[in-house]
Amino acid sequence: MSTTTRATERAEQAAPAFELRGITKRFPGVVANRDIDLTVRAGTVHAIVGENGAGKSTLMKTLYGMHKPDEGTIRINGEQVTLNSPSDAIARGVGMVHQHFMLADNLTVLENVVLGAEKLYGIGGRARKKIVELARKFGMRLDPDRLVEDLGVGDRQRVEILKVLYRGAKIIILDEPTAVLVPQEVEELFGNLRELKREGLTVLFISHKLDEVLSISDTITVIRRGTTVQDGIDPAAVNARELAQLMVGSELPVPELRESTVTDRAVLEIRNLTVRDATGRPVVDDVTLTIHAGEILGIAGVEGNGQAELVEAIMGMRAPDSGTVALDGADITGWETRRRRERGVGFIPEDRHRHGLLLESSLWENRVLGHQTRKPNVKGPWIDRAGARRDTERIVRDYDVRTPGIDVSAAALSGGNQQKLIVGREMSGEPKFLIAAHPTRGVDVGAQAAIWDHLRDARAEGLAVLLISADLDELIGMSDTLRVILRGRIVGEADPATVTPEELGSAMTGAQGAADRDREEGR
Amino acid sequence: MNRLKTSPLALTLLAALAALVFSIVITSIVLSISGFNPPSTFQAMVDYGTQPDSLVNIINKGTMYFLAAIAVAIGFRMNLFNIGVDGQYRMAAMLAAALGGAFALPPGLHQIVILLAAMAVGAAWAGIVGVLKVTRGVSEVISSIMLNFIATGIIAYLIQTDRLGYQPEGSDSIGTHPIAESGWIPGIPFPGAREGAEVYGLIVLAVIVGIAFHVVINRTRFGFDLRATGLSASAAVASGVNARRMVVTTMLISGATAGLIGMPELLGTAHSYSLQFPTGLGFLGIGIALLGRNHPVGITFAALLWAFLDESSQILDFNDIPKEIVAITQAAVLLSVVVVYEIVHRLGMRWQQQAVAAELAAGATKKAEVAS
Repeated sequence: MSTTTRATERAEQAAPAFELRGITKRFPGVVANRDIDLTVRAGTVHAIVGENGAGKSTLMKTLYGMHKPDEGTIRINGEQVTLNSPSDAIARGVGMVHQHFMLADNLTVLENVVLGAEKLYGIGGRARKKIVELARKFGMRLDPDRLVEDLGVGDRQRVEILKVLYRGAKIIILDEPTAVLVPQEVEELFGNLRELKREGLTVLFISHKLDEVLSISDTITVIRRGTTVQDGIDPAAVNARELAQLMVGSELPVPELRESTVTDRAVLEIRNLTVRDATGRPVVDDVTLTIHAGEILGIAGVEGNGQAELVEAIMGMRAPDSGTVALDGADITGWETRRRRERGVGFIPEDRHRHGLLLESSLWENRVLGHQTRKPNVKGPWIDRAGARRDTERIVRDYDVRTPGIDVSAAALSGGNQQKLIVGREMSGEPKFLIAAHPTRGVDVGAQAAIWDHLRDARAEGLAVLLISADLDELIGMSDTLRVILRGRIVGEADPATVTPEELGSAMTGAQGAADRDREEGR
Repeated sequence: MNRLKTSPLALTLLAALAALVFSIVITSIVLSISGFNPPSTFQAMVDYGTQPDSLVNIINKGTMYFLAAIAVAIGFRMNLFNIGVDGQYRMAAMLAAALGGAFALPPGLHQIVILLAAMAVGAAWAGIVGVLKVTRGVSEVISSIMLNFIATGIIAYLIQTDRLGYQPEGSDSIGTHPIAESGWIPGIPFPGAREGAEVYGLIVLAVIVGIAFHVVINRTRFGFDLRATGLSASAAVASGVNARRMVVTTMLISGATAGLIGMPELLGTAHSYSLQFPTGLGFLGIGIALLGRNHPVGITFAALLWAFLDESSQILDFNDIPKEIVAITQAAVLLSVVVVYEIVHRLGMRWQQQAVAAELAAGATKKAEVAS
C-alpha cells in the first residue's frame, strides 16, 4: 500500500510519461481517432477502455509509432516527439506487447528474448545474466533454456514482456493482455504488472474487460467512437456499469428471456460423450445433456475446459471416442458435418474468421457457405447464384447487416455486421438446433441487442439452442437451463433465475464443485 | 459497384503489364552488360517469333503449357500444391502411348481409349499423393516431387526393347511402339506456314478443358467446396466440406488433367513416347499458373507468352547471343508478378474496406441529418 502511495507521489512530481493532445488520425473516408487527449502519469498503470472498433488499436499504433497522426502532439516524458516507426518508440523507452504473441516456438526463452536485439548484450553469458536479472527483479519465474513451445499462454506472455524490458522499455503498452488468459493467469499477470509499477515503470493497459481494469489500474481513460469521452478517471470513483455506460454512450441492452417456451420434446440428446486429445487425456469427459425444443441451454466454463471440443463433436468436426449424439431421435454420432447441417443444425462459431466466413469472398458466397447443398443456394450440382443473391439480400435487410451491397467481401464489414450475417445465415433453412458459441463476442452494443432478439424469437418458435459464452450476464440472462463445465466434465447446474455471476464464476473455477465433492464425501 | 471489387480486372492487367516491362528492363540491363544491343535483340526475337512457322510452334507449345498450368491450377485453387504434374504427365504419356501402340482400334475409338488411359494413369499417379496426404499426413509437395523421380525411373525401366520399348531399324532412338494411323489426330493447317507445320488438333481439347475448369470451379457445388477449402480450410470444414475426400478428389482431377498434357504432341505428331518427348512441362505449368493467376484466360496469355519467349529465343543463337537470356526474362516476369499481384490484392482489399466504411459513414450522416 505504502509503495503505491510513494509511486503516486513520485509520479505527480515528474512529467507525464505520455501526453497526447488533440490526436487525430484519418484513413481515407474514415476518421479513426479524433481529438484524443490522454495523460499517462509515470509509474502508474493506466487503462484505456473502449468497445471494439472504438479506436483503441489505432491509438495504440500511434503511440508505438506504427503510423503518424494527422494532427496533434505526442510528448514522452515531457519532450515532444515524432515517432516514425516502432524503433523510434523503442529508442524512447516505449515497448509493446501485442495481443497475438510474436514468438518463435522452436527457440528457447533466451533465444526469443535476444532475437533482434543481439547488439544489446550479445547472445551469450551477458544476455543470459541480464535476462535472469530482469526476471528476478520483476518476479517472473522463467527458465531461460526452456523451449517456448513447451510454455503455457501465461508464460508466453511473460516472455513477451521480458522481451520488451530487455530492450530497455520504461513504458509498456499491453494490448488486450487478458483476452487469452484464464482467471488465475490474469492474477499472475497483474502481480507482474504491480512489480513493474513498483520499479517505476509505466504500464498502458488496453482492455474492454471492466472488472479487470478496475482492479489493476490507477487511472482510466474511456474512448468511444474514436475520441476520448473522459480522461483521468479514478477507478475508486466508478463502478463497472458506469464505465460501461461511458463506453457505450447509452443505456446498455439487457440479456433476458421472458416467459418460458421450453417444451418436453427433446431435440438434441448427448449421452456419455467423451472426446480425448492426442495424448489420450479426456477433454470432453462423459458429458450427458438434453436440449428441448424452445430451450436455450447455457454452458458456463472458463475457456479451454472442453467447450470447443464439445462443439466440434456435436458438429461432426471431431470424432468422439465414445458416447452418442442424437438429433430429433436419430442417432447422428457417425454422420458427417454436412449431413448434420442438412438435418437442421445451425452453427455460430466462436471464431468467426476461422470457422464462419470466407473473408475474401463476397457476402452472397458467404451466404452459401455451410448451406452449399440446400435451397435457395443450389440447383442440383449447380450453384444457384440468383437464388443465393436474393436470399442474401433478405438476410441483409432482416438482420440489419450494414453494407453497401452483397458483392463486397466479408472482410470489408465490421465485426458486428459480419456476426449478424452469420446469425442470419444460420437461422435460415429452418434449423432445429443451433450452437451459439460466444454469439456476441466482439460486436457492438446495437448488434448485441439484435442478436439476442433473434435468439429469443427463434427460441419462441421452438429452436433448441446450445449457448456458450464467456459473458456471464449473457449466459445467465439468455439461458433457460445452465450447466457448468470444468475440465471437460459437467460439474454442476444452476438456475438462471436465481444464480449470480459471482456464484457462477466460482463454480466455473471449481471452487464450488470442490465444496460439493467434500459434502458428498462427508455424507 | 465495380470499385468495390477487390482486384479489379484493369488493375490486374496493369500489374501483369508492369511485371512484363520490369522483366524487359532487367533483361535489357543484362544484355547491355554482356555487350549486346537490347533493342536489336528484341527486334530479332519479335521478327522471328511472328513468322507463321514460329506462330504454329508457339500455339502448339502454348497448348501443352496451358494444359500443364490448368492441371496445377486445379490444386492451387484449394491450396494443394501438386508439384508432381511433371511425373504424372510423363507416366501418362508413356503408358498411354504403349497402350495405343499395342493394337489398332477403329478411328475415333482408338483416340478415345488413349486419352482415357492417359487420364487414368495421371489420376492414379496423383492419387497416390492424395492418399498419402489424407492417411499418413505426408505433405503433397514432398511426395509429389519424389514421385516425379520415381516416374523417371519407371519410364527408363519400361522403355527398354525387351519390355515396352521399341527401336526402329537403323535408328538409335528408343521409344514405345508407334501408334497406328487410326489413333492419330490430324492437325489444323495454319495460313502461311510451311508444309507439315500444323496446329495440334487437340487444341480443341485444351479449349474444352479450360472452359470446363472455369465452369466447374465457379458454378458448381464441387467448385464452391474447392474454392472454400482454398480460402479457409477451417471454415470449409465447419461448413461441412469433407477435407480428406476433397484432397483426394482434387488430386485425381488434377492428375487426370495432367495426363492430357502430352496428348496433343503424342497424337498429333510424335505418335510414340520416345526419349525426344518433351520433359519438364509440369514445372513450367507451375510458373504459368502463377502468372495467369489460376484463371483460364490469364493462363492462356501466360502460356502463349512463355511459348513465344521459348520459340523466339531460337533466333538468338544465330546472332551469337546465348538464348539462356530468355530464362532471365522469364524468371524476372515470374518473380515480379508474384510480388505485384500480392500488392494489388492487398491494396484492393484495403480500398474496398475504406470504400465500405466511407459509404456507411455517409449513409449514417444522412440518417442523422434526417433525424435532427
